[in-house]
Amino acid sequence: MQNVVHLSFAVTTVAAAWRLATPIVFAAIGETISERAGVINIGVEGIMLLGAFTGFATVFATQDLWFGFAAAIGAGLLAGLLFAFFSITIKANQIVVGAALNLLGLGLTSFLFRTYFVSTGQGVQIAPALDIPILSDIPYIGPAFFRQNALVYSTVLVVVAARFLLRRTAFGLTLRAVGEHPKAVDVAGLSVSLYRYCAVLIGSALAAVGGAYLTLAHANQFVEAMTSGRGFIALAVVVFARWSPVGAFFVSLLFGLFYALQLVLQAEPNLGVPYQALQALPYVVTIIALVVVRNRTDAPSMLGVPYRKA
Amino acid sequence: MADQPFLRMENIHKRFGNVVASAGATIDVRQGEIYALLGENGAGKSVLMNILCGVLTPNSGEIVFRGAPLRLGSPSEAIRHRIGMVHQHFMLVPNLTVVENYLLGKESPFAVLTGLKEAAARIRALSDHYGLDVRPEAYIRDLSVGERQRVEILKVLFHGIDLLVLDEPTAVLTPQETNRLLDLLRVLVADGKTVIFISHKLDEVMRVSDRVSVMRDGKVVFTTDTKSTNPRELARMMVGRDVLMDLPTKAATPGRTVLAVENLHCNNDIGLPAVRGVSFEVRAGEIVGVAGVSGNGQSELALALAGLIPATEGAIKLNGENIRGLSPGEIGRRAMAHIPEDRHKLAIVLPLPLTENVILQRYNQAPFAKGGLLAPEAIARHTRDLLQRFKVKAGGVDSPIQTLSGGNQQKLVVARELARRPDFLLISQLTRGIDIGAMEFVMQEILKQRELGKAILLISTELEELFALSDRILVIYEGRIVGEMPPDRNRLDEIGLLMAGNAPAGGAVRPPLDEARL
Ligand SMILES: Nc1ncnc2c1ncn2[C@@H]1O[C@H](COP(=O)(O)OP(=O)(O)OP(=O)(O)O)[C@@H](O)[C@H]1O
Ligand SMILES: [Mg+2]
Repeated sequence: MQNVVHLSFAVTTVAAAWRLATPIVFAAIGETISERAGVINIGVEGIMLLGAFTGFATVFATQDLWFGFAAAIGAGLLAGLLFAFFSITIKANQIVVGAALNLLGLGLTSFLFRTYFVSTGQGVQIAPALDIPILSDIPYIGPAFFRQNALVYSTVLVVVAARFLLRRTAFGLTLRAVGEHPKAVDVAGLSVSLYRYCAVLIGSALAAVGGAYLTLAHANQFVEAMTSGRGFIALAVVVFARWSPVGAFFVSLLFGLFYALQLVLQAEPNLGVPYQALQALPYVVTIIALVVVRNRTDAPSMLGVPYRKA
Repeated sequence: MADQPFLRMENIHKRFGNVVASAGATIDVRQGEIYALLGENGAGKSVLMNILCGVLTPNSGEIVFRGAPLRLGSPSEAIRHRIGMVHQHFMLVPNLTVVENYLLGKESPFAVLTGLKEAAARIRALSDHYGLDVRPEAYIRDLSVGERQRVEILKVLFHGIDLLVLDEPTAVLTPQETNRLLDLLRVLVADGKTVIFISHKLDEVMRVSDRVSVMRDGKVVFTTDTKSTNPRELARMMVGRDVLMDLPTKAATPGRTVLAVENLHCNNDIGLPAVRGVSFEVRAGEIVGVAGVSGNGQSELALALAGLIPATEGAIKLNGENIRGLSPGEIGRRAMAHIPEDRHKLAIVLPLPLTENVILQRYNQAPFAKGGLLAPEAIARHTRDLLQRFKVKAGGVDSPIQTLSGGNQQKLVVARELARRPDFLLISQLTRGIDIGAMEFVMQEILKQRELGKAILLISTELEELFALSDRILVIYEGRIVGEMPPDRNRLDEIGLLMAGNAPAGGAVRPPLDEARL
């Protein structure tokens, strides 16, 4: 009996980890694509917030989840375009532009939220859980893993698609070359800027979906600064996963696990550790991970370097 | 049709700010020939060829190719006209495979890469046809310089070009690889291609080209059939005076031991033993050459001496002090100067101005720094002084060093290192990329250093350079010193045998010091 309790506890924790990892998976895969093209966008956090808020506000107004996600993607693309314009066309420092984007995301969403929503206190309808037939009936595992909302499942698709894009398409091939030796791409007659724009836009759209997940699937509400560092964790995930989409998925799951663990432990009444300390767990793990993974040799060699034609 | 040239570049002008790189250069190239382009560093050879291949656009001038005017906006347009170039610095993406590099930009961006297998098969066929030994699935990052170059050449052939331009293709090759390349050029011409190639090595030009032009100050000053000229004349045309190919040599008078290497071991970048028990001494006032086919540990030996890679065993004593384990900076401050093999990676910072490159190791020392602040006038004065003494052709002391031609970058590195007044000079590939006039000058400077009592270790794959400068030559093979020879041209064969790993019969060669350890 004791064993069964342990098993089901473990299963639900892992399943919760998957759910909690979902926004990070979206953001990290997006960032992986962007960084593979040599553009480091530290504005993910801001873009996630924009996605979260836009999604929430749209569903609030239209009661339509599809519109919500579409609007979030639109907001992500706009933010991505802004980032790309300054960092690729104007060739401003990518870190500075990314930092500005974070401030913009935080400031703008907080302002709009306070102005229009703070007094309503109402939530929105969220993405429903979808039971996968047969699988969801497997004892223990089924209900935990196969009764999730569509976005959680779709993380797997996103990973596979990203891997396919980078490895198996001419577009992905060029993208990887752009991050490594842009001049060779230029000499081959392709536009380095165009590819970098595409990579940034894909990255920011995915980050925005990750953000929208928070308001439209995870909670049913927008809260100021609700991403609470997930965008930065996604940045760490990319490094930890050595710029591989599949790696990013599993590393995100690992971080999800620490979020889940933190929640589980908070529910433990006689642990004797202040809950704030537990909440810090995923972030502490991030720092440790970044310290441990010092080997950056897999980093695209032109990461963060604007390309100038001769 | 017969007198209609295959390619004509007429009156080409190109300026960069106030630097005139091309001042009305004109060349005619005939179909099916090997055409050599010679000239001093900064004469404008690379610029002219970059214009031909669509990398640069001229300010004025006309290009006529196969009877039609040619206006190129990009290298890919050049390839569409079947003109391809192998650059001085390769255009290969290290983290992609050979096929992937070849397909870059060739497929619609929305295409799924299905053609990889076919392309690989075509590459293999071409590679077999020309005997190039290129494996389509190999990652570029795993290839040696010589292999990368073959990959570059095959890339151009893969794209189906008729006019191939090679910018100093032999500068980074070993003599064996060079022979192979020159043979390949002959095969290409036999296949109906036309080749233009740039080189500073007159013997190569004499051996392989049909016609040759000499450029000076952005103009073509001399063109002739190779058959009707000789190296002496070419050298005079390039430099404007007679070049002494043989340096006057005085016997060395070695003094105290400056560098003593004892049983040194170190690994290469993939962790395999590269230097395997090397011991030797370099004394004040002598030049010790290290000869060897590249890849036999000489690169790692140099890096280990400079503190850039760790030695796994043994001692390196500089002026009696064991410097093994010290950082490159600490070693530099102990009076060792280093002219590395890989200029771009280890010697200079391309986007930084000349001034900052010149003080890289000494930015915090007087007279370049005063009270913790840089002294710009002193730095600029010193830079100007070096430029003048070494005749480096540059726009201004504040222009980025990447705007200098390859040979001029090298001259500045040599100038900088000599100006540090070291006791010990560690030199790899001293004359890589520099023209013969400058080569003569640089070699004389090195000999002067010897007269001043410096200890010099000269590592090179160029036997000519070693013979001209060394007082004795160590031969390195598979990470071990397998013999020591005097710089006697009559014993070239013996050195060649040693370099190939065959100890010659008879006791002419001193047994290696580290034999006990084998
Ligand atoms: N992008 C650039 N900006 C400014 N000056 C340049 C640039 N490219 C070339 N130059 C200048 O043009 C001149 C000709 O350069 P080029 O590279 O053609 O010389 P080169 O004949 O190839 O010499 P080397 O034998 O040393 O390679 C040089 O003085 C160089 O400094
Ligand atoms: Mg050149």
